[in-house]
Amino acid sequence: MLDAKNLSKSYGRLRALDALTVTLRQGQAVALIGPNGAGKTTFIKCVLGLVRPDAGELTLDGASLLGDPALRRRIGYMPQIGRFPDHLRVGQLFELMREIRRGTHDRTDEDLIKSFQIDRIAHQTARTLSGGTRQKVSACLAFLFDPDVLVLDEPTAGLDPVSVEILKEKVRAEIARGKLILLTSHILSDLDEIATDVLYLIDGKAQFYRPIGELKSASGETRLGRIVAELMRASANAARATETGSQEETAP
Amino acid sequence: MMWRIVKYVCRDLFRGKIVLGYAAFLLLASFGLFNLGGEPTKGLIGLLSLLLFVVPLVSLVFATAHFYNSYEFIELLAAQPLRRNTILLGQIVGVSLALSAALLVGAGLPIVLYAANLTGLTLLVVALVLTFVFTAFAFLGAVIARDKARGIGFALLVWFYFALLHNGLTLYVLFLLEDYPLEGISLTLLALNPIDLARLLVLLQLDVSALMGYTGAMMQNLLGTATGIAFATGVLALWIAAPLATALWIFRRKDL
Repeated sequence: MLDAKNLSKSYGRLRALDALTVTLRQGQAVALIGPNGAGKTTFIKCVLGLVRPDAGELTLDGASLLGDPALRRRIGYMPQIGRFPDHLRVGQLFELMREIRRGTHDRTDEDLIKSFQIDRIAHQTARTLSGGTRQKVSACLAFLFDPDVLVLDEPTAGLDPVSVEILKEKVRAEIARGKLILLTSHILSDLDEIATDVLYLIDGKAQFYRPIGELKSASGETRLGRIVAELMRASANAARATETGSQEETAP
Repeated sequence: MMWRIVKYVCRDLFRGKIVLGYAAFLLLASFGLFNLGGEPTKGLIGLLSLLLFVVPLVSLVFATAHFYNSYEFIELLAAQPLRRNTILLGQIVGVSLALSAALLVGAGLPIVLYAANLTGLTLLVVALVLTFVFTAFAFLGAVIARDKARGIGFALLVWFYFALLHNGLTLYVLFLLEDYPLEGISLTLLALNPIDLARLLVLLQLDVSALMGYTGAMMQNLLGTATGIAFATGVLALWIAAPLATALWIFRRKDL
């Protein structure tokens, strides 16, 4: 469904993505994991058309995501920090998004709007919303146009426990409906409950990309947090080993 | 599609205190100037100086701050099936229109009441044009500079150059080259500053050469009033188009 082929992006001397090649399929919820600066955000931003890769291809069902913005009608995005125009009311914000997306989708999905009771805050201006409420609004906007691909960047950060459960339930339902979900989170237990696969990035490359169940049975661990910590340690050790082997590759 | 964004940008800004405050300030200052001088022409000349000073500054600083405050929302818009051009143009036009509305209320109302003539109308129009010119410049700086501090710095630098430095430089260059025929050079120097062009357009209506400054008087001699107006208007249009087109070009390629 979503194919990255040799996707590369550098910021100055920093290689955020280094010829990343990976295929994500529908019905998957892929957790993006990796140390800071490993290229998670850059990869997400390439998918969303926010960052233009230097080289490589990125296609959704064969059509390039790098050209026509119209293809983004199939993608929903929940950003890490949702900030909206200060003085717009929540109701007006939804109006604006609906106007922008008029005619780009077959159905709208208002489940989250109902579950999060957005009607109750429709009259409030955006700047009076708490961080958690803004997250709820962001989530509703991401799911609203029933997109085939959902990009959720730290979706549970700042949400209260009840809302976290509502969101997780929604994500599971969408996976069952054959959506592709791309997730990042620092809360590994959340990923553990939602994600079907783990894509572990390091230095802009896919270190490994495997179903969570497989990882668990291979390592004998049941908790994703443990597994990931173990893997990070292992890859850090490996990196140290290669660094001592080839001195010219010192990091900046 | 762009107008849908414009609509919501304006809605947002009209609720904010800054646009309202700007309108109130202009209203107070304009009424003050018209009542101080006694003669409406004097008030108009005072208002000309004030607007040429304040409009570029407010447009630059406000539009720059608006871009950085809206950054996350612009990102969200850029992740929608929208062209980058649509998004940025919607923001630029929205901010320009909101500031223009404040200007129409704050300066337009007093002008209609005290100096409802061609000069007053010209002053209002050039102030509106300068709003668009410097809003476009603000967005140009904002799409280039990564952080807010640099963006504001760029905005202040642009203002400082066009409002203050350019005149000094013009005089210096003309002084240095006084032995040569100066017509071409002085016209070029004039065209290189939108604020000077705006001032000249108003003063040509008033026909007070003493206030036009050296380049202005020379242009009137050289081109005559009618051609002069056409020239200044055309160049001012370029002053909107150039920063606007550059900002759009950069934003299309920008990593958000």
